[in-house]
Amino acid sequence: MNTPTTPNGGYSAAKEVTLVKARRSVLQNVWRTLKTAPPTAWFGMIVICLYLIVALFAPLLAPHGQSQVFPMAYAPWSDEFRLGTDALGRDVFSRLIYGARNTIGIAVATTLLAFLIGGSLGLIAAISRNWLDQVLSRFVDVLMAIPSLIFALMLLSIFGSSATNLIFIIAVLDATRVFRLTRAVALNVVVMDYVEAAKLRGEGLVWIMRREILPNIMPPLVAEFGLRFCFVFLTIAALSFLGVGIQPPTADWGSMVRENAGLIQFAEYDLTAALTPMIPAAAIALLTVAVNFVVDWFLHQTSGLRDEH
Amino acid sequence: MHPILTTIIQRLGLGLLTLFVVSIIIFSALEFLPGDFGEAVLGQAALPETVEAFRRELGLDKPPVERYLSWVGNVLSGDLGNSFSGRNSSGVDRSREVWELIQPRLANTLFLASMTALIAVPLALVLGITAALYRNSPYDRVVNATTLTTISFPEFFVAYILILIFSTYLKVFPSLANISDSTPMLEKIYRSALPALALTLVIVAHMMRMTRAAIINLLASPYIEMAQLKGTSKAKVILHHALPNAWAPIVNVIAFNLAYLVVGVVVVEVVFVYPGLGQLMVDAVSSRDIPVVQACALIFAGTYILLNLFADVISIITNPRLLHPR
Amino acid sequence: MSTNDVLLTMRDVRIDGYSDDRWHHIIKGVDVTLKRGEILGLIGESGAGKSTLGLAAMGFARPGCKIVGGSIEFDGIDLLKLNHAELRSLHGSRIAYVAQSAAASFNPAHRLINQTIESTVSHGISDSETAKKDAIELYRDLQLPDPENIGQRYPHQVSGGQLQRIMTAMAMSSRPDLIIFDEPTTALDVTTQVEVLTAMRTIVEKYNTAAIYITHDLAVVAQMADAIKVLRYGETVEDAPTRQMMSDPQEAYTQSLWAVRSIEKPPQPAIDTILEINQVHASYGKSVKVLNDISIKVPRGQTLAVVGESGSGKSTAARVITGLLPPLEGQIKFNGSALPAALKNRSKKQLQSIQMIYQMADTAMNPRHTVRDIIGRPLSFYLGLTGPAQDQRIMQLLQLIELDESFLDRYPSELSGGQKQRICIARALAAEPELIICDEVTSALDQIVQEGILKLLLRLQQELGITYIFITHDIATVRAIADQVVVMFQGKVVEQGGKEEIFTAPYPEYTELLLSSVPEMDPDWLTQLQQQRGASGV
Repeated sequence: MNTPTTPNGGYSAAKEVTLVKARRSVLQNVWRTLKTAPPTAWFGMIVICLYLIVALFAPLLAPHGQSQVFPMAYAPWSDEFRLGTDALGRDVFSRLIYGARNTIGIAVATTLLAFLIGGSLGLIAAISRNWLDQVLSRFVDVLMAIPSLIFALMLLSIFGSSATNLIFIIAVLDATRVFRLTRAVALNVVVMDYVEAAKLRGEGLVWIMRREILPNIMPPLVAEFGLRFCFVFLTIAALSFLGVGIQPPTADWGSMVRENAGLIQFAEYDLTAALTPMIPAAAIALLTVAVNFVVDWFLHQTSGLRDEH
Repeated sequence: MHPILTTIIQRLGLGLLTLFVVSIIIFSALEFLPGDFGEAVLGQAALPETVEAFRRELGLDKPPVERYLSWVGNVLSGDLGNSFSGRNSSGVDRSREVWELIQPRLANTLFLASMTALIAVPLALVLGITAALYRNSPYDRVVNATTLTTISFPEFFVAYILILIFSTYLKVFPSLANISDSTPMLEKIYRSALPALALTLVIVAHMMRMTRAAIINLLASPYIEMAQLKGTSKAKVILHHALPNAWAPIVNVIAFNLAYLVVGVVVVEVVFVYPGLGQLMVDAVSSRDIPVVQACALIFAGTYILLNLFADVISIITNPRLLHPR
Repeated sequence: MSTNDVLLTMRDVRIDGYSDDRWHHIIKGVDVTLKRGEILGLIGESGAGKSTLGLAAMGFARPGCKIVGGSIEFDGIDLLKLNHAELRSLHGSRIAYVAQSAAASFNPAHRLINQTIESTVSHGISDSETAKKDAIELYRDLQLPDPENIGQRYPHQVSGGQLQRIMTAMAMSSRPDLIIFDEPTTALDVTTQVEVLTAMRTIVEKYNTAAIYITHDLAVVAQMADAIKVLRYGETVEDAPTRQMMSDPQEAYTQSLWAVRSIEKPPQPAIDTILEINQVHASYGKSVKVLNDISIKVPRGQTLAVVGESGSGKSTAARVITGLLPPLEGQIKFNGSALPAALKNRSKKQLQSIQMIYQMADTAMNPRHTVRDIIGRPLSFYLGLTGPAQDQRIMQLLQLIELDESFLDRYPSELSGGQKQRICIARALAAEPELIICDEVTSALDQIVQEGILKLLLRLQQELGITYIFITHDIATVRAIADQVVVMFQGKVVEQGGKEEIFTAPYPEYTELLLSSVPEMDPDWLTQLQQQRGASGV
């Protein structure tokens, strides 16, 4: 690197000032990061895209309707019924495809709602840092003292298991975790000098939240969105499996496992029969694995941990 | 009084307070029952007078605070009320006491949880610590990818795979874990092996990842580098320098996961038809047997709070700043 | 000198570091020769590679760095050819390291005495009992209070300056041939620093230990080192014995390192008082008062320097003036009329007139805002300027701070330390204030960049007539740019007056202590101070 000099050879601080650092565009940065992604992350991203396509275009992809009943129950795998039929004579393959839309749809809606509630309350708690923060934090502590599955079971037994109830109850329970995380990362930002500089200027609360704090807490929030989605997704699947989640006849992966669980004992005689309940379970697992891989890589990128070389 | 004692007592108090508030929440959930609730339990053939008598018996006509206090009083004296099952539309009450229903189930669940914890905790700690020490080695990468995969599996998936392999194909373990009080211990262990294995797989993955993260975080501290620069051997750095500071984060990881065990046990019990508290709660939810649901929720929540309290206290005791104040 | 006297020889050492997904050259071929008992001062600005070089002298590279070339010979042993176990046997026994942050470098779970003797005992140099007795003697030599028992304490029970000395004892415990001091006094107050420096020098001389003393502070290195090496961007700029370097530096870069001290401010005439703080008391919460009956008068158009160490309350005073911390008692008057105590009660005009510039430019600017956003916001918020009018004004401001239009769309992470601070200055100027509070604005910058910023601030004051309240702990800066000086100590004003007045004897006790503790460029300064203080029993 050249030492900036004045015409007569002396050192110049003024010249130092105009030395410039290289700059890349946003797109270049994104592509550079993608190129360094490990195979697991690529795998994850591809799987997620596939699932999204299936969920969005379900009616076009499924050969039959999700609740359409055929006269043969427990039919073996064939060309017409790729994965056979279930106890009521419905095509398992079509239900699997519609299940993508139903299960993922409800999980996404729930996660979004959880983020809306938890995120905004977390921000407010971090900014106000007075009695409001204390009250909200204590309240959330108490809610988190009850295991969420148990709490969900209890509330569902009282209010009944409709899709709306499911979304609302799980969203509220999950919002507690989102609250904690948002509050923690927002607190880190709130103590920065640039937030104080904005306050000194006389900026309003909304402006500070929107323009100063929010852009700086996006990375951990995005990662958390992925993790929350996984958790919500698995919880809904578990509840449906237990019979108190998404109710029939709506196709849903969790209840499909339950409905066909009895077939497992026939593994020795007909492997495909035993696999029928496993496939929706595997579908759940695959999506969760994919999201986890992508989030793991994303966290690794943004945390800047230095490894041995 | 030593500041540590004050802090511990404060935490205990906080724990009790939380339990208290949680009990209020569990109790007041009852307030939101829809109006035709009485009919739903007794059946549609019930006469209005029977329903009314039922309501009066439950004390639904008394003010909420009075009801809550009598409920708490009952709970503290061991009376958790009577189950709704066993009542029918004619008003005959053959319901059993909730505690009678719960007690054997609770014992079974605790047995399963203990068996799992005994295997899972040491295994997870060893895997987590070694993965942290050999960070980014092939061993670490493999363990990382495997656990990332396992924690993404729904518990029933893991359970059914185990059944497929060990029960249906290899015929080593039974797929139905029906045990009772009278089953001899060895037989109990044999029958509970698969459920315990299923739970272990899930918990070990979570615990191992969290332990690894905690140890890596610890190893990045400046005093660890200082110990290295003093020429301390790697083993001594880990055992003498890192470990004393690692208790708090590790205990927190264990408590968090044991609490998770309490919850994950529900699904596993259903898959293996294991006669535990989780199964009971799920059945009660399906049949809207509210007293049982409330009691189970209270027990689960209480265990959760207790475990977190324990972790808190251990963190406090192992904190040198609190042990030796200025 | 016979070659037996040479302890450390580093030839053409090259070290690479990994960041931004690739390897960069950190040290690009540096030579070091160190004799037994000699102290080498290694100075340079941040990023010069001093710490990396210091660790390399031990054969150690941090995670993310690797030694790629050259040779490192310690007492005839080629460090780069040793395996882990052999290298480890040297660390903590023949070569020791004293880190920058003592508080972070001690294990919170173990007693200090055990940590002090740990490497001596584990390397088998002596047994535990002997080592402990020796450690207590070392504590005594280092002037630590209660040397018999201080070792029984835990790190968090002991102050920063004491910890630094205990770390020195820890390094000395095994009587190493070489100690590497990595910026050991940078984080300490100037009055604490003096004690630690004295202690370190005494003990190193007593045991004839060789040392590498790494710092960015020239005056400090002049006291400690026999020879000085100046490092820049991983390369040697200049190498000379201390007295020669101080009196006759060859390179332009070396000469510029103490340029700050050469700034001279033309005296500014006093007009009237722009800001008055009367009998203000303030505290955070219900605890101890941080400000106790403060009264300060700030003259218009001049620079008032507020000088003090940590805990003096100078930053709190700034928070009171800006309205972030309403005082418990007392009044603030701006331009003759009372200023509402709390921020939310002030008018936009009042907020506009008083601006603040922060110490760390990194955290003072939102990393997601471009330069245009940062400077443009006060323009639109206070002056209602938008569109082309705003752009034009932004360009004018950029010119004022000596930057050009290519900076408009950059993010703070793409700027150097000096550039960032200039943007912060432009942001303050955008509001067209009457008073700017500069809170340690040059403390986090390298010497040369400091000079640039200070010169800029002075020029702006000449052109625009802005009043500055300049908060700092660095006496040299105060001498360079202040008209009026306020000395603060533990929440009270020790004295206030014109610069000449303050810096002429007789001084109040604290000012005396403060001024005398500031290292001078004279290599004999520390020795003279020791004698003075020893004579007067300080």
